[in-house]
Amino acid sequence: MDKISFSINGQRKSLELDPDTRLLWVIRDTLGLTGTKYSCGMSLCGTCTVHLDGEPIRSCATPVSAVAGREVTTIEGLSADLSHPLQRAWIEEEVSQCGYCTPGQIMLAAGLLAKKRKPSDEDIDNTMSRALCRCGTYQRIRRAVHRAAQEV
Amino acid sequence: MTAKTTISRGEFLKVSTAAGTGLALAFHLPLLDKLAAAQAPDSLKPNVWVSIDTSGTVAITMHRSELGQKVWTALPMIVAEELEADWSKVQVKQGDLDPAYGDQSTGGSASVRTTYDKLRRAGATAREMLITAAAQTWNVERSSCRAETGAVIHAPTSRKLTYGELVETAAGLPVPEEVPLKDPRDFKIIGKSLKSLNAASMVDGSAIYGYDFKLPGMLTAVVARCPVFGGKATSYDDSDARAVPGVRRVTQISSGVAVVADDTWAALQGRRALKVTWDEGPNADLSSEDISRTLKEAAQSPGTALRDDGDAQAALDGAAEKLTATYEVPYLDHAPMQPMSCTARVRNGTCEIWTSTQGPATAQAGAIEVTGLPTDAVKVHTLLMGGGFGRGHENDFVKDAVEVARGLDVPVKVIRTRDEDIQHGFYRPTNYHEVQGGLDQRGRPVGWSHRISSASDNVGLVTGGAAELPYAIPNIHVDYVMSDIPVPTGYWRSVANTQNAFVNECFIDELAAAAGKDPYEFRRELLQDHPRHLGVLDLAAEKASWGKRLPRGRHQGLAVHFSFSSYAAVVAEVSVDRQGGIKIHKMVCAIDCGTVINPDGVRSQVEGGITLALTAALYGAITLKDGRVQQSNFHNYKLLTMREMPVVETYIVPSTEPPTGVGEPPVPPTPPALVNAIYAATGKRIRRLPIDTGELQQG
Repeated sequence: MDKISFSINGQRKSLELDPDTRLLWVIRDTLGLTGTKYSCGMSLCGTCTVHLDGEPIRSCATPVSAVAGREVTTIEGLSADLSHPLQRAWIEEEVSQCGYCTPGQIMLAAGLLAKKRKPSDEDIDNTMSRALCRCGTYQRIRRAVHRAAQEV
Repeated sequence: MTAKTTISRGEFLKVSTAAGTGLALAFHLPLLDKLAAAQAPDSLKPNVWVSIDTSGTVAITMHRSELGQKVWTALPMIVAEELEADWSKVQVKQGDLDPAYGDQSTGGSASVRTTYDKLRRAGATAREMLITAAAQTWNVERSSCRAETGAVIHAPTSRKLTYGELVETAAGLPVPEEVPLKDPRDFKIIGKSLKSLNAASMVDGSAIYGYDFKLPGMLTAVVARCPVFGGKATSYDDSDARAVPGVRRVTQISSGVAVVADDTWAALQGRRALKVTWDEGPNADLSSEDISRTLKEAAQSPGTALRDDGDAQAALDGAAEKLTATYEVPYLDHAPMQPMSCTARVRNGTCEIWTSTQGPATAQAGAIEVTGLPTDAVKVHTLLMGGGFGRGHENDFVKDAVEVARGLDVPVKVIRTRDEDIQHGFYRPTNYHEVQGGLDQRGRPVGWSHRISSASDNVGLVTGGAAELPYAIPNIHVDYVMSDIPVPTGYWRSVANTQNAFVNECFIDELAAAAGKDPYEFRRELLQDHPRHLGVLDLAAEKASWGKRLPRGRHQGLAVHFSFSSYAAVVAEVSVDRQGGIKIHKMVCAIDCGTVINPDGVRSQVEGGITLALTAALYGAITLKDGRVQQSNFHNYKLLTMREMPVVETYIVPSTEPPTGVGEPPVPPTPPALVNAIYAATGKRIRRLPIDTGELQQG
């Protein structure tokens, strides 16, 4: 057990735990933030995507020791009030079906828009193909990313 | 109790869905009227679906399971339409398992079509009571009042009372037994693409799925399972597992050995440290090759007839041209993004379950099987499901949780990891098919004979869609044989239509080619007695510009199929390169599903069903070796990605017929449309799924 301190959604946390604990389970179980999801546990699907110092990472593959002293942002911290352009676009475009992949998709897309203000379809393919959706909402995800890019 | 008698003023039927009591109905006897009258009713609750309070908020109970098919919005739309509700005042509540709701199983694309009338009446009942309450309040003729968007209006004087203002009076009225329903031409809500009511919770992370559910003091468990179907743990060494900080207990259950811990990470680490000795049982050398051989052998014996028009054998024997083909499709896993999970608490002679399920009654039955408790001691709470596709009908994950919970005095959530979910599924069965077709000298089909050989011994998973061949062929024989293969099988979105539409629509395409005819025209000629099949076929062909010039290298294929009372046709547009690489450019789907509740919801289901079907056709296969499923995660059970996603266009046939299925119908015609397009592109027929691009290499 180690003491690991980091910031999550703007709040400082200091936790005593196994430093090898995957960040996903610290977020979901220790901190009770269940917006970030488990689906594969092997960095294959993207449902566990959060931001580490603003960059998308796969929390299922990240030991909590790696975030010591750094800033983690989860879907709950993306905006206070559904005001992020991607959240608005997701709602306007009626993207989500079951919604389970939605937080990871949005966090990954947010990372893309932070780097590329007007991503092309190829940019979207290159980034978003790493986030799986079994309900088949890809066409709408693409539209939502373009829509949010107009606003940003 | 389902009394539907008309009762006098002063007494009233009040249907209560007080959570946890299982009480469907409570009579308020005259003795209690004084108590009831002492506090004026603050809501109108004429039935289990609608409750309106003095603020005008309309609480509608959604009694099925939300899996992404958007019943959360569509079913309340039906109630709200007849109620003449102000949609902005509607709030949806999840209905837990309760006989008062009737059937709560969510599947068969049946939620809208089997509850449409019931939900319309539920909303209309409340509307009529509100109109009566207003007429009484104003002391006017009831016929001069109308309900409109959350208020009742007295037309001659333009007076208006909102529903909130009327609930106290309305709640004192008898509940009418017969109520008029709106003319569909007056619909304001049904038929509109209203936004999903739960979308916000999905984009801000607040939506709670089964996997997320928590209770105070809850423990978390994962189960180590034998990798071979039918195997059992003979012994285990849990000393290392129990040494993992946070692990509380290790216990054997029917399906394996459970590690129970304070949280998920501890449970996973504990399971990793657990050493189990397995008796792999009788299936330890089962392989996909064995299963395939068994199905082929079984197909050599006559099957149970599903259809026997004329004399197919004689027609085939006398045909000018005869074709034969065999088709084979593999086991498929559902692989929803959320793996299976269930939270259970067993204490004081009761059992309470919280789970993502498509079958709360089945979940309850599973708990009863484990505990032996009576029905009214077992409560089931339905949670939002991260993808169902039919997997949620099973109760294996419920039984696991109840077994673990039985030994604890706190609630426990049993979750699965992805490998478990893939390797311990209830698969779409593998099937082998033999088909023969005969043409006369003018290229018209005269005979069709189809034998299905399935790895499932559940006829409900084997035959759907096969005998419903719509084409005007005078001699048709369809039969099936089943083998009892020890691999669990279950309902996979569109069920037996997946294999039977593949066969029907690929083979009719082969007959068209043998007849030297365009596949669309060939089908058209044979569907003259089936206007709704023709309707979708024509619409899809028109919108896909069938027969028109396509961009260089692009080719089209099509398919049409009837399932779950709806008609769907798909045109696939592909190109295939010399290495056999397939690029799917566009999928055009025409669907006739009768009256549409929410058009955008239909489009979502078409897009989703097509994506699932393309994934299956390109990548989907669960294979076995040494009794073990060889796939374990998304690297070897691949899903379609954004990059591979074609454009999907949906065209809905306008209809005033009653609503019919939407979730499943787009799936069956998709793989044959794709495979037929590949034939158009390459001249090669694919008769095995998933597609082997090696078969498409040129040179």
